[in-house]
Amino acid sequence: MDILPILATLRRHKITASLIVLEIALTCAIVCNAVFLISQRLQRMDLPSGVAQHELVQVQVVDIGDRPDAKARGEEELAALRAIPGVKAVARINQLPFTDSSWNNSIFLSATQTQPTLNATMYFGVDVLKTLGTRLVAGRDFDPSEYVEYRDAIRDPKLAPHVVVITRALAQKLWPGESALGKTIYFDPQTPLRVIGVVAGLIRPSLAEGEHAAQWSTVVPLRFSGGGSYALRTDPGQRERVIAAAVTTLKKLDTKRIFRQQRTLDDARAKFFQGDRAMTGLLVGVIVALLLVTSLGIVGLASFWVAQRRRTIGVRRALGATRANILHYFQTENFLLATIGIVLGMALAYGINLLLMRHYELPRLPWMYFPIGAVALWLIGQVAVLGPALRAAAVPPVVATRTV
Amino acid sequence: MFAYYIDLALRSLKRNKVLTALMVVAVALGIGASMTTLTVLHVLSGDPLPGRSAHLYYPQIDPRDMNGYQPGGEPPGQVSWTDGMNLLRAKRAHRQALMTGGQVPVQPTQANLDPFYVDARYTTADFFPMFDTPFEYGRPWTAAEDEAAARVAVISSSLNNKLFGGKDSVGQTVRADDVDLRIIGVLGDWRPSPHFYDLYLGQYGENEDVFVPLSTSQELKYAHSGSVDCWGAGGQDNMKTAPCTWLQFWVQLDTPADAAAYKSFLTHYSQEQKALGRFERPPTVRLRNVMQWLDYSHVVPGDVRLQTWLAFGFLLVCLVNTVGLMLAKFLRRGGEIGVRRALGAARRAVFEQLLIEAGIVGVAGAIGGLLLAQLGLWLVRQQPVDYARLAHLDPLMLVVTFAVAIGATLLAGLLPAWRACRISPALQLKAH
Repeated sequence: MDILPILATLRRHKITASLIVLEIALTCAIVCNAVFLISQRLQRMDLPSGVAQHELVQVQVVDIGDRPDAKARGEEELAALRAIPGVKAVARINQLPFTDSSWNNSIFLSATQTQPTLNATMYFGVDVLKTLGTRLVAGRDFDPSEYVEYRDAIRDPKLAPHVVVITRALAQKLWPGESALGKTIYFDPQTPLRVIGVVAGLIRPSLAEGEHAAQWSTVVPLRFSGGGSYALRTDPGQRERVIAAAVTTLKKLDTKRIFRQQRTLDDARAKFFQGDRAMTGLLVGVIVALLLVTSLGIVGLASFWVAQRRRTIGVRRALGATRANILHYFQTENFLLATIGIVLGMALAYGINLLLMRHYELPRLPWMYFPIGAVALWLIGQVAVLGPALRAAAVPPVVATRTV
Repeated sequence: MFAYYIDLALRSLKRNKVLTALMVVAVALGIGASMTTLTVLHVLSGDPLPGRSAHLYYPQIDPRDMNGYQPGGEPPGQVSWTDGMNLLRAKRAHRQALMTGGQVPVQPTQANLDPFYVDARYTTADFFPMFDTPFEYGRPWTAAEDEAAARVAVISSSLNNKLFGGKDSVGQTVRADDVDLRIIGVLGDWRPSPHFYDLYLGQYGENEDVFVPLSTSQELKYAHSGSVDCWGAGGQDNMKTAPCTWLQFWVQLDTPADAAAYKSFLTHYSQEQKALGRFERPPTVRLRNVMQWLDYSHVVPGDVRLQTWLAFGFLLVCLVNTVGLMLAKFLRRGGEIGVRRALGAARRAVFEQLLIEAGIVGVAGAIGGLLLAQLGLWLVRQQPVDYARLAHLDPLMLVVTFAVAIGATLLAGLLPAWRACRISPALQLKAH
């Protein structure tokens, strides 16, 4: 196919041609960035939790008024919950993944450091690791003798726990390339904690610190009564029944209380990411609408061009051009316009990404996203131009001999 | 003449229905999407207390130790108990209120209602007159009741509906966390949005249902909720002495001179506290009014801003598309325009006619866009976000929608109309 005659024709339709190019460039730029944003959201929704996600349920009950017997009642409740058939493990935990409100500590690496190294969340309760199903990759879980009463620990820093289990991600961040076991972290200068175990992962309850910090979690051996939630582990198929049984059991032990939360961890996760899911749907909608409008625009302009050049097409046909020649002419023309548009669109996509990076803390647009926009627009262009091009190819040579 | 031009434009638009429909749909889609997001942005960046917000200020001081100090840094977003009480008792502003959020269990006396949790606000007497809260029944509590830690409460109208069927409940009691509180007031419909006075508890969420004097809440050890920011070491079991910021302090200052005087008072207070050894950092004070505070706190969600940019990018593509289609349409009528020019129509007249045609596409696009925006806002209201219920089109946005749609389409028509009216009549006539 000879490109030069096409370019010569396009030069005579500068404004219309540049409008198509501009539209394709804008669409390409927005589609590239939108696809990238979608991938970011999908990645976020796919963050590993590090816990036995499908086996856990949360039941949160809150006492009314001051209950001095909270500790004894807590033990009684734990025993009753453990006795429910199908329950594999139970723990009272200060916070659970995907609950959006979290207990955070500054982490220092020495007692004299003035600026914290980072900020990490703190899980506590008895048997947290075993109940959540968090996998140890180094070291050990807490000994029963290491647990400290929460009330004592906040009253006197000397009574606070001095051992901690941290996630692998946190260990690598604090001591890159080294083993974390035996190392010490500080929540404040008076509270050194020796790392005795490293777990594969344990997501923070809230992602407010950013996704890069999603796995910066610590577990400390604190025992408490009143507050927090019960986490129960069971088989995935038993979850609904276990929730109902747990509520009945707890109600039987004490009627004067309020159930604040009774759900599976899967439900909690779905609710946690619903904003991201909505945004993903919206972005997909925008991409579809953009491609639709652009392709309709191409159909409209191509039809106009075909109608305008009917006589020229007739002449070419009369001079011996085949239908395929005419068809290819319009297809090549569209390909050329799309290519110019895509090249401009890439530059624009990069520019938009720079803006987004500045205002929305997004990473740089990876190069693999550019071909996606390019292929999408080439395809859309070819599909859109096919109808008008076929109509052009159908123009009979006899048109050349008629006057308009 | 105008009516005749409109008639001409309508005839021309009817001649090529598909192209016209394409243009109208493109404009409607672009306008619908951008107006949906713009309306959400507009309601989210609205003024929670129109008319009063300019006189309400949020003082910030920096009581932290030198750990993590950076010159020019911002002071914390809340105050500690000690500073809050000092500033409250100084009474240097026209009105001042110290507050924090919490949650209390409410135990209804009716047997058919289970106990339930409500959001509560623990505050001081000036809260109600300062924020101009409407009262359906009763009155706010007084400074004397603050001092006495009286067992009183003001409740929201929705809680009043739930517990007392909407009847005047002043003088009745509400049992909260095993303590009877005497109801002295029921609020009317009051839901400032954003929830400006405490942004740490959902920025566009529902208001609190129970308001209790701050002193009472502390005596009864009601549960606190919201942000607690601590520094240094030491026990946090007594929040009144803990080195933590967890309360919000608001003041009303009626003139700029009052505001300036209050700001220098805050600096003076910080210096005095530093001299006493309580503060370690050089005095850093801020005094932002409501809108400045909302702006500083980036209260509008990032996703909403992103959606607005996305929608306007989409509108731009739709408009470029419309320019192209309109150009094709106008140029195709080169012959007709040539004849009219040859018969004596001024270039200006042709230009006007073509612009009117563009304007009609704009009006049709605006109507379509409005319907799509209503659909879009309905979709936003179905979203599980705390601002969902706010997404409604107000009269201002209705006018803006029409103005943007017609303005944008006219702008899109400028280039094609200019190009078409420059067609040389002689050349067109010769070709025929």
